[in-house]
Amino acid sequence: MNSLAPANDASTALTIAFGGAQAVCDRRGVLFFAALDLLVVSDLHLEKGAAFARRGRLLPPYDTAATLKRLAGVIADYDPGIVISLGDSFHDHDGAAEMPAPFRETLAGLMAKRDWYWIAGNHDPAPPADLPGHSAQEIAIDGLVFRHEPVPGAAPGEIAGHLHPGARIVRRGRSVRRACFACDGDRLIMPAFGSLTGTLNVLDRAFAGLFDRERLTAYMLGGKGIYAIAGGMLR
Amino acid sequence: MEHRTPPISGFAAPDLPAPFGEWFATRGWQPRAHQLDLLARTRAGRSALLIAPTGAGKTLAGFLPALTDLAGRPKAKPGEARRGVHTLYISPLKALAVDIQRNLAMPVAEMSLPITIETRTGDTPSHKRQRQKHAPPDILLTTPEQLALLIASPDADRFFSDLRFVVLDELHSLVISKRGHLLSLGLARLRALRPALQAIGLSATVAEPEALRRWLVPQDPPGAMADIVTVAGGAKPDISILETDDRVPWSGHSARYAIPKVYEAIRAHRTTLLFVNTRSQAELLFRELWRINDDNLPIALHHGSLDVGQRRKVEKAMETNSLRAIVATSTLDLGIDWGDVDLVVHVGAPKGASRLAQRIGRSNHRMDEPSRAILVPANRFEVMECRAALEANYLGAQDTPPLVEGALDVLAQHVLGAACAAPFDADRLHAEIVSAAPYAALDRPTFDRIVDFVATGGYALKSYERYARIRRTKEGLWRVSNPRVAQQYRLNVGTIVEAPMLNIRMTRRGRGGAARGGPVLGKVEEYFLETLSPGDTFLFSGRVLRFEGIRENECYVSTGTGEDAMVPSYAGGKFPLSTYLAGEVRAMLADPKRWKTLPSQVSEWLALQRDKSVLPRREDLLVETFPRGNRHYMVLYPFEGRLAHQTLGMLLTRRLERAGTHPLGFVASDYAIAVWSLNDMSAMLRDGSLGLAALLDEDMLGDDLEAWIADSWLLKRTFRNCALISGLVEKRHPGQEKSGRQVTVSADLIYDVLRAHEPDHILLRATWADAALGLLDVRRLGEMLSRVRGRIVHKSLDRISPLAVPIMLEIGKEAVAGDANEALLGEASRLSGEELMQEAMDG
Repeated sequence: MNSLAPANDASTALTIAFGGAQAVCDRRGVLFFAALDLLVVSDLHLEKGAAFARRGRLLPPYDTAATLKRLAGVIADYDPGIVISLGDSFHDHDGAAEMPAPFRETLAGLMAKRDWYWIAGNHDPAPPADLPGHSAQEIAIDGLVFRHEPVPGAAPGEIAGHLHPGARIVRRGRSVRRACFACDGDRLIMPAFGSLTGTLNVLDRAFAGLFDRERLTAYMLGGKGIYAIAGGMLR
Repeated sequence: MEHRTPPISGFAAPDLPAPFGEWFATRGWQPRAHQLDLLARTRAGRSALLIAPTGAGKTLAGFLPALTDLAGRPKAKPGEARRGVHTLYISPLKALAVDIQRNLAMPVAEMSLPITIETRTGDTPSHKRQRQKHAPPDILLTTPEQLALLIASPDADRFFSDLRFVVLDELHSLVISKRGHLLSLGLARLRALRPALQAIGLSATVAEPEALRRWLVPQDPPGAMADIVTVAGGAKPDISILETDDRVPWSGHSARYAIPKVYEAIRAHRTTLLFVNTRSQAELLFRELWRINDDNLPIALHHGSLDVGQRRKVEKAMETNSLRAIVATSTLDLGIDWGDVDLVVHVGAPKGASRLAQRIGRSNHRMDEPSRAILVPANRFEVMECRAALEANYLGAQDTPPLVEGALDVLAQHVLGAACAAPFDADRLHAEIVSAAPYAALDRPTFDRIVDFVATGGYALKSYERYARIRRTKEGLWRVSNPRVAQQYRLNVGTIVEAPMLNIRMTRRGRGGAARGGPVLGKVEEYFLETLSPGDTFLFSGRVLRFEGIRENECYVSTGTGEDAMVPSYAGGKFPLSTYLAGEVRAMLADPKRWKTLPSQVSEWLALQRDKSVLPRREDLLVETFPRGNRHYMVLYPFEGRLAHQTLGMLLTRRLERAGTHPLGFVASDYAIAVWSLNDMSAMLRDGSLGLAALLDEDMLGDDLEAWIADSWLLKRTFRNCALISGLVEKRHPGQEKSGRQVTVSADLIYDVLRAHEPDHILLRATWADAALGLLDVRRLGEMLSRVRGRIVHKSLDRISPLAVPIMLEIGKEAVAGDANEALLGEASRLSGEELMQEAMDG
């Protein structure tokens, strides 16, 4: 309970201009370019629970199913012709090969009749075993460059993942932290999509040199909507 | 003067071996009756509980059986195998083990006894630990965590081959926590190794000594009890409530009004121990005392967040009597005998009668002289609570909480430890575990689920069989699958989970994250530091600090100035008011004859309440409704403690929401709850569209509780602790220490995943049980709802009542909770939009 007004002006997606195109930042953590019929999703970290279990930490084995279910939801809504999975699609090297068959079938079902690109990530540098789709280190389309790790000094139009950006605001003595799209107009870093993925504050040193702080906006993913927060408001 | 408890018949007073008799005689001492009584009982092969006030020679009593047995032991022959540990002493504090070593060393040296005594704690260097494994001392002084490590080691059987006694100090404090559960399982293990083992428990006075007596012996048959030796209390303490002509505040916990009087009391005594309930109160009191410390009296501060080095310095100064006063939290509660304290001041109400008695026991360790104590209520309700505590102390009433069932996360840790020591048979391990009192009621299916959890995570989806941590051998024994599992166990042993903390490091102003560090002052909870912006000031370690920034797991600060420094607030450390004191406060409220013992400003306040509203009888629940501003308030006075009230507040607002009153918020204190709504609740109660009996029916603890709690941060925090203790997530990995933040994030995520996919998982069950007893205090809330059935007194008023003033002042101090986060995001995005528009218009 609280004495604040409900956030009734929340919207589930915000459209921003990026790299000369209109991009939809969806509350669920995906980016969609309508003109290109292209959906971007990053850091799925499929089979993360299993990867930990292999090392003695028996995390719940439900993360892959949950991630795939949410992925199915956004794919059903946008029905994209092209999907780019922006790296770290699997949490470790054995992830794709050891993935239980039902998950593999679900994933293959989502991929069917779409151009699907697996971008290499640091967790999964090799193409995923036993799955269709194209594999690439990076892809350039219409002035946009899609790669896993952002490259300092890259030309405008870079869309990357890897860092799991999160943002934090402090209001009325309370701190609220959420995953976010981080964008300064020249570069956009995607939130991590996977169910067991954490976040790293966009003000962390790992983001140093990537954004023009004056123009940075964090599009924070709330439970009900997506919220554009100016860089100066972040903590 | 010697206080004697007559030996209980059947046990003749034993003869002390010669060196002991002479040792007592040369000092002009006589062994005390309870020391001989305990010795006789242990010689008869019994385990025993000794309940005695401080200063009664409790430590010597506890060790006399071991010392006399060791003194009479024949010398080891050359070539004979090394002897194992003879006596294990376990205390909740490392410092206590060190203290005991010093106190025991003296008589042992003076009697030239061939007895070796050593400590083993987290601070013991690894070469010494190694040496102890090969050449164990006769008496080993250690902690519950170290015991867990020792029994999980493959050579435990050899190490404990000669074990005769376990001495458990401060047992009353150990048994109420998960550390106690871990210790009870360790004790069961030791008994399985050495069935003749005898346990000796040392405890302060408690409400139910039978529970402790059961705790000391195997529950086979169920309900078996150790012997008990009780030493009657010494002189009654001389307790008073601070008298003042100043106005006692309506609410708050700072007791600022009383500081000059407290300072006078310090000046009039040799050494004063000042107790407070929370670390923030300690910081505030310390600062306020120094503000008026014109005589420059040596006044020190001691609480758990301060840097260890600084704490040790303060402890040293205490020992040498070079301090005049020390401000302390519960870190000094336990029986460490430091210096010559002749006054205890309790600032803020003590919250429990037993707690007060234990704290007063810290003063004046000669039990025949009365201890002196002054209670300083911080607000008007606390005046009544202090009065009730004082009377309870006079009557010797005890209100230590009842013991709870053993926690399942602790059990999981223990099961893995058992496998690390040697492959175990599930039937035998279960039998061993139910012999420990906290786990006596553990049913076999639950135990099997815990074993399954330890092996593969206990998930309905059996996808981790190939990654199992423990596996069944051909012979049906469970063994660890690889050495790494044992290594991970050792690094994660223990039940103490701290909130994520950051080091507080000094730097120069304005250097922020780029600064090089100066000295570390201590640690502060991350969630407090996260709410600060550079330039904000806060009070820590007795000084004003300016927040410069956070870098990795350190918070950089510089010397700050200013009067309006914030005080870090900590979620922990706030004890709820005990049930006993709550009942006494309600009784006092109901009986004007008792008001004459209260200061006039308090009795006049109560008289006003009688005139303007109504005073509830002891067993009644008063509910007042009144308008104020454009809001309608409902104030309830259950006096059941802050935790139960918070839970009630959450549930009540849900129900009011459904009833259509449009509740906007609530606030809870130890004494009362206030809920405010848009709609007129007085009118709704009048026309019957709202009914108090239905609103406060016990069924609110069913579905409403389930629905609310599942999403609550309270449960997430509890889950995090269970996940760490049970070994689902690791506290530490070999070679790398995880920062608290990473653990928090992943534990929260795991919780969400688990709740969505396997709500019946054993760890969620453990979490729920923990939260119900802990942060939610559901048991107490349930008892209250059942007590007030048919006894709800409603008073509709046209304005605020006198009794409602304190709780109404709390409104606005409390942070918003729950769904408010989403609203804050919306607000922030609107605001940043406005700011951008402003920028555009300025340009």
